[in-house]
Amino acid sequence: MNNTIKLRVKRSATDDFDEFTIPVQKWTTVLECILHAKHQFDHSIAVRYSCRQATCGSCGMKINGKPSLACFTKVSEIDSDTITVEPMSNFPIIRDLAVKFDRLFENHRKVMPYMDNTPPESSRMHIQSPAELDKFIQFANCIKCGLCNSACPTMATDTSFTGPQALAQAYRYVADSRDKDKDKRLRIIDDSHGIWRCHFAGSCSQVCPKGVDPAMGIQLLRGYMLGLSD
Amino acid sequence: MDTNKDNREGIGGMANPGRYGIERVAYWLMRLSGLGLLVYFIAHIYETSSILRGEVGWNELMAMTDTPEFHIVLIIVIGMCVFHTVNGIRVMLGHGGVGVGRPTRPDYPYAPASQNTRHKIAIYSAIVLAAIAMVYGSTVLFGV
Ligand code: HEM
Ligand code: SF4
Ligand code: FES
Repeated sequence: MNNTIKLRVKRSATDDFDEFTIPVQKWTTVLECILHAKHQFDHSIAVRYSCRQATCGSCGMKINGKPSLACFTKVSEIDSDTITVEPMSNFPIIRDLAVKFDRLFENHRKVMPYMDNTPPESSRMHIQSPAELDKFIQFANCIKCGLCNSACPTMATDTSFTGPQALAQAYRYVADSRDKDKDKRLRIIDDSHGIWRCHFAGSCSQVCPKGVDPAMGIQLLRGYMLGLSD
Repeated sequence: MDTNKDNREGIGGMANPGRYGIERVAYWLMRLSGLGLLVYFIAHIYETSSILRGEVGWNELMAMTDTPEFHIVLIIVIGMCVFHTVNGIRVMLGHGGVGVGRPTRPDYPYAPASQNTRHKIAIYSAIVLAAIAMVYGSTVLFGV
């Protein structure tokens, strides 16, 4: 690999790309490249990030066309000396690489991502077996980065779609043995812009950086609603 | 500035099958073949309704459609039909949560279980079966 790469950053003011030559090492991440460009060449580049370790979900963007976390994508993983970064699709752009998450959070809130925590009458606490935990823990890994919504082909044409992020979270609670609000939640997603809009293209799962596999959650949820799975 | 304030990818992004593996290609072929079959279905009703004009009307239409161009269209319809049906069965099972894997405690590098080999085999089978049917169709229609 060369010791420099060409970084192309999509700028919202000009609707064009600015190019920077960035020195890199094996472990350099795309986020570090962007920050290098920001610190050394052009401090007006807008980029959102926080944890730098794939935990906060703020640095999602399209890297060479594919929705990815900038902090979780190493330059050495990309088979190219040119790295093009653009804001995620299907989200309104605030500036440059920073996009608005209002609708993602709104949809997330809409599916009631919380539990009625009243313990069962017979006991003072909820008892859950490891097998019951396994049914939903994968979906609880979601960091709300929005990459799935950016990759989703339904989202590409219908921004009123609830989206893979929120639908997978609906399943996270429906699959939880402690949950008492299944029916309420199912009524919310049983909508023409809700779960039935998913065509199982699977792109959400291809880009999810946390192994949530939203496509699996959505199909299992639909199976549950159709009475095919428990 | 961009007039598309949601920065939606639109139909171009929806259809772009290059970035997300064979599952996205299957999604795209499914839509295309579904719409193609719908158009064929309407045309087919129009075609067969020529029987209302009696034997002469029917024969006229049969003669009109007995051309290499129409045969090529029919061969494409055969391919769409087979792909749409086989992939349709896969998609229906998937939509019911069948064969999409079981939730686990995911471990890096996180291979999504819903995008599993079974589904990939089903997609490639749909494509191969469609191709075989198209080859058979052309030997019948063009009599080679
Ligand atoms: C045995 C035969 C068939 C099966 C198993 C089947 C199955 C399916 C399935 C499962 C879908 C939903 C795909 C998705 O969610 O993305 C679908 C969509 C569709 N089908 Fe079929 N189908 C069959 C025959 C037909 C025929 C004969 C026509 C046309 C007259 C047709 C037209 C369509 C259309 C227009 C769509 C919508 C495409 C889309 O929105 O992606 N299908 N089919
Ligand atoms: S499901 Fe995955 S891709 Fe979607 S928001 Fe959650 S962590 Fe991000
Ligand atoms: S900076 Fe937190 S996920 Fe990338």
